[in-house]
Amino acid sequence: MKKTPSSLLQITGLQKSFSAPGGGRQRIVDVPAFHLDAGAQLALAGTSGSGKTTFLNLIAGILQPEAGTILFNGVRVSDYSESQRDGFRAQNIGFIFQTFNLLQGYTCLENVLLGMLFGRGASRVRAVSLLERVGLGDRLHHRPHQLSTGQQQRVAVARALANQPKLVLADEPTGNLDAKNALAALALIRESCRESGAALLLVSHDPQVLGWFDDVQDFHQINAAVDREVAP
Amino acid sequence: MNLAGLVYRSLRQHALSAIVTAASVALAGGLLLTVWVVKTQSQAAFTGVNGGFDAVLGARGSKLQLVLNSIFHLEASPGNVEWRDFLYIQNNPNVELAVPIAVGDNFHGWRIVGTTPDLFDESEYAPRKKFELCAGGKWFDPLRREAVVGSFAAEKLKLKIGDKFHPFHGLIFDEHKQHAETYVVVGLLKPSNTPADKVIWIPLEGIQRMSGHNPASATEVSAVLVKLKASSALAGFQLDTFYNKQGDRLTFAWPIGRVMAELFDKIGWFDRVLTLIAWLVALVAASSILASIYNSMNERRRELAILRALGARRATVFAVIILEAASISGLGVILAFGIYAVLISVVAEIIRAQTGVVLDPFAFDPVMLWEPAVFIALGALAGVIPAVKAYRTDVARNLTPLS
Repeated sequence: MKKTPSSLLQITGLQKSFSAPGGGRQRIVDVPAFHLDAGAQLALAGTSGSGKTTFLNLIAGILQPEAGTILFNGVRVSDYSESQRDGFRAQNIGFIFQTFNLLQGYTCLENVLLGMLFGRGASRVRAVSLLERVGLGDRLHHRPHQLSTGQQQRVAVARALANQPKLVLADEPTGNLDAKNALAALALIRESCRESGAALLLVSHDPQVLGWFDDVQDFHQINAAVDREVAP
Repeated sequence: MNLAGLVYRSLRQHALSAIVTAASVALAGGLLLTVWVVKTQSQAAFTGVNGGFDAVLGARGSKLQLVLNSIFHLEASPGNVEWRDFLYIQNNPNVELAVPIAVGDNFHGWRIVGTTPDLFDESEYAPRKKFELCAGGKWFDPLRREAVVGSFAAEKLKLKIGDKFHPFHGLIFDEHKQHAETYVVVGLLKPSNTPADKVIWIPLEGIQRMSGHNPASATEVSAVLVKLKASSALAGFQLDTFYNKQGDRLTFAWPIGRVMAELFDKIGWFDRVLTLIAWLVALVAASSILASIYNSMNERRRELAILRALGARRATVFAVIILEAASISGLGVILAFGIYAVLISVVAEIIRAQTGVVLDPFAFDPVMLWEPAVFIALGALAGVIPAVKAYRTDVARNLTPLS
C-alpha cells in the first residue's frame, strides 16, 4: 500500500485472537488494511462485541498483535517491546473511554496531570489551561464523584489531550451520557482535537453520534474476523 | 507530579488502612527499640556501676548476692563480717580504702544503710566524682542519730532537712516493727544516678546498736567495700585466692563488673527470648503491610490498568507498590520513636525505682539507625508480592468496570 505524505496510521494484516471459553481460540480482529491521515476525524460504526475496543487497544499498544504491522508516522510500532509501546502510548496517544476511567482518589487537576506524567512530564499550567478549556476551571480540586457524568467526561477529554497526542482514540465516549450531554461531549472532543491538531478515531454504535461525522466507516467492512475460530 | 506523588496519592486514598498498618509497624518498632536499648544500657549500667570500689568482702556465700546487696542495695545480706576482718583488710598494704556497711533496717521500704563518713569523704562513686550534699545539709555525725538521704529516696519519701523518723526493722517494711530510736535528716544527697540515691545513710553504729538488734552483731558489719590501690590487679588476684580459695569463712567478690557480667550471662537466654519476640512482632507487622496492600489489589486493578493505559510501564506500577509499602513502614518507624519514648521512659523509671540505676532513654544507640533501615527494607520486601500482582495486571481486561 502506498503511503501518503499525510498518513498518520497505516495498518496491514492486523490479527488478534483470544482463548474461547469452550476451548480453542477465537479471532476477534482481522484487519487486512486500514489507514488514517494526520488530523483526520474518523468514526468506526460497529455493534457491541465486534472487536472495536480490541482494535483500539492494538493501535494504542495495550495489546500485542499476533500478525500484521502498525505504522505510526512511518514507524513500525507493532514490533515494539511492551515497554516501548508504553512509551509510545504515553507520547502519542490520548484515550477517551466510555466509562471515563478517571481515578476516583485524584482531583480533576491530578487526573489531567496523570495524562502527562508518563509522557512529556506534568505541567500544572497546561493542566489548568486544559480544564479551563473544557469549562471546568472552577472544578480543579473536585473529585470525580463530585461531578456530573457530563463533567467527568470533560475531565477525560482534557486528560486525553494532556500529553499533546497525535492521535485520540475514543471508545464509545458518549455511551454513558444522556443525549444532550452526549452531543456536547462529542462537539468538545471534535473541537479539541481539531484545535490541537490531533487525529480522532472514534468507535460507536450510536447512529446519532455517527451522524456528526463526515467520515464514517463500518467496522464490519474493515474487520474480516466474525467470531471466527482459529487453530490453537 | 512524579512517582512520589503517585505514592502519596495512593496512601491518601487508602489513608485509614495505611494508618492502621503503620500503627502496627510502630508498635513493633517501638517494642524492638525499647527491648534493645534497655538490654544494652542496663547491661552497661549494671556492669559499670561499682560505687567507686573494686571488690566487696562479705560472709561466705554467693558473690552475686554480695554485690547486689552491697553495691545495688538489693537482696538480703548473705551474713556478717567480724570487725577484725574489716580491720585486717583495711590494713592490707594493697588496699587504698575499705568502707564497712551494715544493713537490716528500712523506712517505709527504703533501705537504711549504716556506714562510716569515709564513704562520703574518701571514696569517689565515679572517677573524680564524690557524693555531694544539697544546699543547707551536712554529713551525719557518726556519734549522733543523724541521717543523710539519697536523692531518689528523699523525693519519694518527701523527706527534707530537719525531718525526724523512726527506722523499721528488717529490709521489708512492717509497720509493727518500728524501732524506738529517732533519727534526724541532716543532709540530702545530690543525685548521683547510682544506687546510693535510693538509700538512707546513717552512722554504722546506728545499725549495729539499734534497739532490738542482736547485741552479738554490734561488732559485726554486713560487708566491706574495698578499693584497691591503682594497678593492683595482682593484689585483687592475691586477695581472691586468700579469701575464696585458701579461706572458708568469707567471700571476696572481685572484680565487681565481672560478677555482674556473669549475671547477664546467666540471664542471656531471657534477653534473647525478648529480642526474638520483638523480631517476631516486626515480622507480623511486615505481614500486615503485605496483607493490607494485597487485599486492596483487587479494587486497585482498574486503577493500575488506567495508569498503564496512560503510559505507565509495568516497572513503574511495581515501583509504586514497593514504595507505598516502604512508605507505610517508614511512617510506622517515625511513630515507633514516639512509642519508644513512652515505653523507655516508663521502663527507665521502674529500673531506677527498683535498682537506683539510671538509664538515659534518649542517648544515641546504633539500633536507632539500623532498626529503621531494617524495618523499611522489611516493608519494601512485604510489598513485593502485591507489586508482582500489580506488575501482572492485564490492562485491556481491567479497563472496564467489574460490575
